[in-house]
Amino acid sequence: MLDIHELSCHRGDRKLFRYVTVSVPAGRLLSIEGSNGSGKTTLLRAICGLTPPDQGTIRWHGRSIAEQRETFTAGLIYIGHRIGLKDDLTPMENIQAAMQMSGHPVTAALARAALEAIGVKPVCYRLPTRVLSEGQQRRVALARLWCSEQPLWVLDEPFTALDARSAQLLRERLQRQVERGGIVVAATHQAMGLDPSTVQQLRLGE
Amino acid sequence: MMQGGVAGAVFGLIQRDLLLTWRRRADIATTLLFFVIVATLFPLGIGPEPAVLRTIAPGVLWIAALLSCFLSLGRLFATDYQDGTLEQMLLTPHPLAALVLGKIAAHWLVSGLPVVVLSPLIGLQFGLSGGAIAILTFSLLLGTPTLSLVGSIGAALTLGIRGGNLLSALLVLPLFVPVLIFGAGAVASSESGMGAEGHLSLLGACVVLAIPFAPWATAAALRIAVE
Amino acid sequence: MKTDRMNWFQWSSPQTFYPLAGKLIPWFACVSIVCLVAGLYMGFLVAPTDFQQGDSYRIIFVHVPAAWMSMFLYVVMAGWAAVGLGLKARPSFMMAQAIAPTGALFTFLALFTGAFWGKPTWGAWWVWDARLTSELILLFQYAGVMLLHASIDDLRRADRASAVLALVGVVNVPIIYFSVRWWNTLHQGASISVTAAPKMAATMLAAMGVMALGFWMYSAAVTLMRVRCIILERERHASWVQIERIS
Repeated sequence: MLDIHELSCHRGDRKLFRYVTVSVPAGRLLSIEGSNGSGKTTLLRAICGLTPPDQGTIRWHGRSIAEQRETFTAGLIYIGHRIGLKDDLTPMENIQAAMQMSGHPVTAALARAALEAIGVKPVCYRLPTRVLSEGQQRRVALARLWCSEQPLWVLDEPFTALDARSAQLLRERLQRQVERGGIVVAATHQAMGLDPSTVQQLRLGE
Repeated sequence: MMQGGVAGAVFGLIQRDLLLTWRRRADIATTLLFFVIVATLFPLGIGPEPAVLRTIAPGVLWIAALLSCFLSLGRLFATDYQDGTLEQMLLTPHPLAALVLGKIAAHWLVSGLPVVVLSPLIGLQFGLSGGAIAILTFSLLLGTPTLSLVGSIGAALTLGIRGGNLLSALLVLPLFVPVLIFGAGAVASSESGMGAEGHLSLLGACVVLAIPFAPWATAAALRIAVE
Repeated sequence: MKTDRMNWFQWSSPQTFYPLAGKLIPWFACVSIVCLVAGLYMGFLVAPTDFQQGDSYRIIFVHVPAAWMSMFLYVVMAGWAAVGLGLKARPSFMMAQAIAPTGALFTFLALFTGAFWGKPTWGAWWVWDARLTSELILLFQYAGVMLLHASIDDLRRADRASAVLALVGVVNVPIIYFSVRWWNTLHQGASISVTAAPKMAATMLAAMGVMALGFWMYSAAVTLMRVRCIILERERHASWVQIERIS
């Protein structure tokens, strides 16, 4: 259960959004929509605890995230604008390093399975990430979603640079996350095409 | 599980950073070469008189080590900041200070330790006696970790700022001064008969204090930088 | 030091802090002028001539209080930085930002007067002794805090980053203070200590104390003036500032 209560943020001299309040129960996807510059990224980062809001609180299972940093981050996957991968490591190494750092180490077999699931071609597994195309890099970044079973996913425009097939694979994965009781918070420009009964919408920047 | 988890994550991070440096081996060479060149500039600028060189050698080597540390600190967090892995570090359940300590350890292994290993050679170039070289090398071994630890605070505070590298050097220089004085003074102190134990134990005290406090300050600075 | 005896949260809004600061400034300024005049009178006219150094030693009545203030103000600045980071109250960061230039000024004054004292006494304008060198380091620290704040565009990040730097730098202040004792160099051993009996004549001690008080009050007045400017600059879009402009 994710509760956002009267959240307000500014950037520089501009006020982005004020008194945003929404509750997301388990098994739901919160889709945050808005034009560029409306504060979608800032809102996502505030939910993760990276950017402290001007006012308001975020509660996870009833307790403020500030009180339970360890538990909250243990159950969180955040995939933001920046891909979060090291250029000089291969996709396999990147995934294993990222999962170990986040406290959920994975075997090479699991990493390979995750890359396969999101549609990264096997030839890419052992190439340095910097030679991959943007679409491939995005897919490697998203592969973490297949590696473990965290309850909360916060995704910033996850469908960017994905081709139709990968987008479909991601869509199915998001649906499965929601069906098994997880929560997804995603900022997006476009409709994601999930089952509408599981989707809540929030529009920023009126 | 958490305890094992933290150690595992920290060692994993050290391994990752060492692997990354290995993939860009040239960076290690650059730092070392800079150290050697700076040390070489002094005899060129001051004159090659052996007695003078022997006297200034500890100071020169320490300053060269300090400057090459500044040079390499820019790499500590900058790439992680740009490619997004730094914010992922902030979102792990492990204490950020522990992860930071891991990064600093990896950094010292590739930029501080090579300097320590190379310093006897430079000491010979400056005509230092064997005993003096031993003390100087040991002082660098004790002192360069402090440089990495304290320097990381500056690197974190200036992340993403224009000219951040130079600014970071200016910010941490005042904090380096005690380490420089103890380190360079250890050799002079032993040459004059007073023994280097005092200076060396002060250096040791600096490291012991820096290890718990510097990563904590750096972690705070990183959180501020990522906001 | 200035307002922390009152209920802090009452003054945590710039709008209430601004007029309070305005009311306090004249008081501090008056006390400061009185003390400085008295102190200079005592130091330059009343105190006896030192039998070793003659009359040139009189610069000590500016040098020593300035050095004290330089260290004291750094600790106060670090204190406000800590309050700001801990309580997240904006005026704390503004106070820290306002103190820094005054602290730097006193550090520079201590170095400058130290040179004037040093020339006739030791024969050189500058010597690399422990106290002067560590005062120079303190000046670098003040400069670093101000530079860092100026280099960051986002005000919130600038405040918090320079606060962290100020706090980290506070470890150097005890080193500077005790440097005279630890490194036996040209500087006189600390002849004014709280516990030991002062070695100087009572009038000299009194003069330095009065000068120190005068500098302290001056710092308070100037800091409050500066913080009012900072408040106006930061809150320039707020309606109460617009009204202030008109009135």
